[in-house]
Parts: sequence; C-alpha cells; structure tokens
Amino acid sequence: MANQKLKKLTPVQQQYQKFAQAHEPARPLLRNLTMAFLVGGTICFIGQLIQMAFIRYFGFNERTAGNPTVAILICITAILTGLGVFDKIARIAGAGTAIPVTGFANSMVSAALDARSEGLVLGVASSMFKLAGSVVVSGVVAAFFIGLIRTLVAMGG
Amino acid sequence: MYRARGLHRTNGGNEALILLWAFVVGGLICVIGQFLMDVFKMTPANTVSLMVIAGAVLGGLNLYQPLVRFAGAGATVPITSFGNALVQGAIAEGQTHGLVGVITGIFELTSAGISAAIVFAFLAAVFFRPKG
Repeated sequence: MANQKLKKLTPVQQQYQKFAQAHEPARPLLRNLTMAFLVGGTICFIGQLIQMAFIRYFGFNERTAGNPTVAILICITAILTGLGVFDKIARIAGAGTAIPVTGFANSMVSAALDARSEGLVLGVASSMFKLAGSVVVSGVVAAFFIGLIRTLVAMGG
Repeated sequence: MYRARGLHRTNGGNEALILLWAFVVGGLICVIGQFLMDVFKMTPANTVSLMVIAGAVLGGLNLYQPLVRFAGAGATVPITSFGNALVQGAIAEGQTHGLVGVITGIFELTSAGISAAIVFAFLAAVFFRPKG
C-alpha cells in the first residue's frame, strides 16, 4: 500500500519521502515495551486490589467483582483525564494505558471534553463515541458472528 | 459450572500470587498492544479494535475464562476482556433463547463498563474544561 501511495507523488515528493523516512527517529522499541508492561501491569494490579476490596467488604464474589472494578477504574480515568494528568501518563506509557479499560474511558472522556464548546447535546452527547465507537462496533460485530456460530453448533449438536 | 468454581479462591487462595499474576498477565497484554503499534505501525484505534476481536475469538473458543481465573484483573481490566464479555453474553442468551438471544445477549455483561464510561464522560464534560 505504501508503494501505491508513493507512485501518485511527484519525483520531488518521492525524494522528500525517502529523505524524511531516513531521518525519522527510530522508535525506542525496548523502552516502549518496558513502559507498556510496567504501567499496564500496574493498572491491572490496582484493578486486582479494587476487586479484592469489593469481594472482602461489599459481598461480591470473584465472578461479579469484575464489573464494579471496571466502573471504578473508568471513574478514576475520567477524573485524571479532566485534570489533564492522564494524557501525561499516556504519553510515556503508550499501550500501557491504551489497552486497559482506562484507554477506552480516556477516549470517551477526551472526546466529550473536546466537544463541550459545541453544546451538551450536539457536542458532548453526539461526539462521545467518536473514538470509542470503533471499539464497540468491532467488538459487537465479532461477538455477533462468534455467538451465532456457537449457538448454531450447540443447536446442531 | 463456572459459578461453582468461581466461588473458590483463585490460585489456591494466595492473594499475593494473584496480584503478581494480574501484574504480569496485564502487563504482557499491553506489551502485545505496544508491539502491534510499534512494529506493525498500527494506529491505537486499530490496535485496540484488534485486541477486542482477539478477546472475542478467545472467548468463543473458551480460552479466555481460564485466563480470568488464573490472572484475575490481569485478564478482566485489559480491553480484550470487553470482547470476551460480549461473546459470553451472546452465547449465554443464545443457549436459552436461540438465535434471537445472540442479539439480545451481547450487551448483557458489558453494561457496567459502557454505562459507567458514558456517565463519567458526560460528568467530566460538565465539570472540567479541556486542557491544552
């Protein structure tokens, strides 16, 4: 695909592309992977602590404690995003904050905040899923087909 | 079946051990995401979508629940768990209501995450001003 794009450009532009590519700073892969591991692991560690607190003090069991835990993490993310702290952590952590449910929450909160000036209904409400929508749609479509297959197999067998 | 097993403490009741596995497994799932972004040059949105689909596929193959029992929040906090929960909801309703249940059951288990995200994102937009 990259080659197709290149062919549409003028020779000068092609030259520039090559020049830019050669001077692009190499992504520090090892450092990024380490930060993703440490921050992502820490978020899940905190999640596990919250889950244990729900089991011990609020009468949840291991199966039901996952949902309130996710809700608490989303609430914390919303506050940190609103205060502008989350983006600073995310810049260092990369996938470490994007892959846990915090990334999903952050994408919704930041989309909602950015659209605040356009009003609550047309701005906040309609823009909220601008980024997170892709995740919901791909998940639901995948779940539909997988659920369909599993149900048909169960009916046939 | 799962409910009965879920009542027992995971990992033989050792809380320190499950905290360790939550950290390690959750961290490794994020490393996979970072790897997709850096090495395959995928955008964050594509990466997260792919992780959700991966979770859904693993859930459909009954491979995600064992990971949850083993690593606790290490498996339920990453977004892969969202895909798994969507599939588990669809399958559970599919068993009781047939093909219609696949549609009605999809959001059965993920309601908490979606509702919380909508409510808190709305409240944040009301009470905070965008930074930078």
